[in-house]
Amino acid sequence: MSKNDNSILEEITSSEYKYGFETIIETDNAPKGLSEDTIRFISNKKNEPEWMLEWRLKAYRQWLTMKNPLWANVSYPQIDFQDIIYYSAPKQKKKVNSLDEIDPELRKTFEKLGISLDEQKRLSGVAVDAVIDSVSVVTTFKTKLAELGIIFCSMSEAVHEHPELVRKYMGSVVPVNDNYFAALNSAVFSDGSFCYIPKGVRCPMELSTYFRINTAGTGQFERTLIVADEGSYVSYLEGCTAPMRDENQLHAAVVEIVAHDHAEVKYSTVQNWYPGDKEGKGGIYNFVTKRGICSGAYSKISWTQVETGSAITWKYPSVILKGDHSVGEFYSVAVTNNRQQADTGTKMIHIGKHTRSRIVSKGISAGKSQNSYRGLVQVFKRAEQARNFSQCDSLLMGDQCGAHTFPYIEVNNPSAQIEHEATTSKIGEDQLFYCNQRGIDTESAVALIVNGYAKEVLNQLPMEFAVEAQKLLAVSLEGSVG
Amino acid sequence: MLSIHNLHASIEGKKILNGINLEVKAGEVHAIMGPNGSGKSTLASILAGREEFEVTEGSVDFTGKDLLELSPEDRAREGVFLAFQYPVEIPGVSTINFLKTAINQIREYKGEKPLDAGTFLKTMKEKMKLVEIDQSLLNRSLNEGFSGGEKKRNEIFQMAMLEPRLAILDETDSGLDIDALRIVANGVNKLKNPDNAIILVTHYQRLLDYIVPDHVHVLYKGRIVKSGGKELALELEEKGYDWIKTEQAEIA
Repeated sequence: MSKNDNSILEEITSSEYKYGFETIIETDNAPKGLSEDTIRFISNKKNEPEWMLEWRLKAYRQWLTMKNPLWANVSYPQIDFQDIIYYSAPKQKKKVNSLDEIDPELRKTFEKLGISLDEQKRLSGVAVDAVIDSVSVVTTFKTKLAELGIIFCSMSEAVHEHPELVRKYMGSVVPVNDNYFAALNSAVFSDGSFCYIPKGVRCPMELSTYFRINTAGTGQFERTLIVADEGSYVSYLEGCTAPMRDENQLHAAVVEIVAHDHAEVKYSTVQNWYPGDKEGKGGIYNFVTKRGICSGAYSKISWTQVETGSAITWKYPSVILKGDHSVGEFYSVAVTNNRQQADTGTKMIHIGKHTRSRIVSKGISAGKSQNSYRGLVQVFKRAEQARNFSQCDSLLMGDQCGAHTFPYIEVNNPSAQIEHEATTSKIGEDQLFYCNQRGIDTESAVALIVNGYAKEVLNQLPMEFAVEAQKLLAVSLEGSVG
Repeated sequence: MLSIHNLHASIEGKKILNGINLEVKAGEVHAIMGPNGSGKSTLASILAGREEFEVTEGSVDFTGKDLLELSPEDRAREGVFLAFQYPVEIPGVSTINFLKTAINQIREYKGEKPLDAGTFLKTMKEKMKLVEIDQSLLNRSLNEGFSGGEKKRNEIFQMAMLEPRLAILDETDSGLDIDALRIVANGVNKLKNPDNAIILVTHYQRLLDYIVPDHVHVLYKGRIVKSGGKELALELEEKGYDWIKTEQAEIA
């Protein structure tokens, strides 16, 4: 790309983060630092049963023996785990029974973010669980969902109200000692969403969790658990933002999905944590473990992610294809700009017979960012007739960014069919000029080209989210053309 | 409408245009011919605002505006259209989506409201007939996997949709078989009206059988060395460009 081209790209990708405000609310914080006492503090705050506390302590002891993984293609200074607040909750005067009782400041925050907590105002019928810092502040449409037997509530509530389900499934997909950050999360997780869809029920609305880190110095450790019983269906959305701060904040979440026979779960994420400034100061460290298990025959789990935020992203939403004829999908658009670093991809573990998986990954790198795709396709010996198709594309903007692809393929059954396609391209000067010549300014041209490139993934998102994601892609790359 | 005065331009220090003078009035069709490397496509690119060329001297006035001062997109919004010799592929973006974006940005520039979907569709259907283009092609990714003829037809379709005041067709005839050429030429003829002007950049006379020019100019070594009516094209076809080259050598 020519010099001039680079300068245009730069302009376009250097726009400002639009969710960087902080809400001034009174919070209830744990003292900084991590120890068994911190965990007891959290557990106590949440009034948890003994088994939950034991589970946490076990995780913590495991974590102490583990090491921070260094294999990812990202670099950052060592995290001081004693310098993080592990629990921060907006002070509520009392337990909220209806939406009208929510702190108006909180309500305003969510309105600013474009999320209405008013059930009446929701046109599209999306049920929302809103999480600020460490706790869920409200879950909408609960009653309506309950009529169908669907449980959709905060994780804290689930621990109290549905202990049998939580005990059965929590940690069943992502074991406590799975990895460093999953172990940390298991020890200190503060809230998150829980969702159970009973047999044969098709959830009539999108379920959604909105995560917001608000308080300075806190880490967010939420845990989401989705269980889809036989023949059920649910589409789940996750969104996240954080205020702009000079410091790095840690987000280490765990998401577990269980799909029984003939069940289908679609999980969509639009990740827009604060990415840090142009020089790479501040931003969220997004170290997340997401995994689903197709435990039943003919079940299906589909991950779709649009990753535009975070200073560092480290996540590999995966599917364990245990049930015969089960299907796993991973659709991803990961944008990195300025000094952002992303190492993201998926794992498709084929255990059952006739299992199929599909991976479509679209990386977009701009500025001085580094964007890596890392994926594993593993076919077990008994996985007769397993199929995988992977498509990994990289789009580069400018000449100072990097795109990397690390595909791992492990096949132990000769009947497997694995396809892998990869491309790398640049937004060409020719493409931009062609758009300009039709009256389209460069910024819109980049948005058009990038959205065209990511279309296959964006098409997987629910309509309302897709439009948002398109805008977000354009905004994330503002000032990056060159 | 368009007035080019003593235009000099170079790329990476190499002089390509050496003092072009050209007047184009509304309602006129001008053909610019010349051998390879004479600067025809450069002239088209400079008018459209391609930035790798450096204008070292001269001026271009377009409907009272200094064209060279305008950004490429503003030139397009003012009504300059370039049909590309090699149209660019944009994966995942349909022609329809592309044109919607273009039209609405042009309208915004003019202070008009975005075109509603109904009107857009209606206009599109009308214009599709002009260039005998199928809607399935317009739903596909722009120019991706298009044949040479489809790409050129798509260019003319875009021209029909954008209704430019000045259309510059850069070797639109190259790579077209006779049927495609006829379709493209018919489209252009139907778009011709007393308020717009067309500049045809071409090697060959054959396009001019279909689109009859009012003026023909011969470009050689970055200058217009001969101008005349449509018969000049025929003369060139007959005698070849060597005739011009010899004549120029004699003058020199």
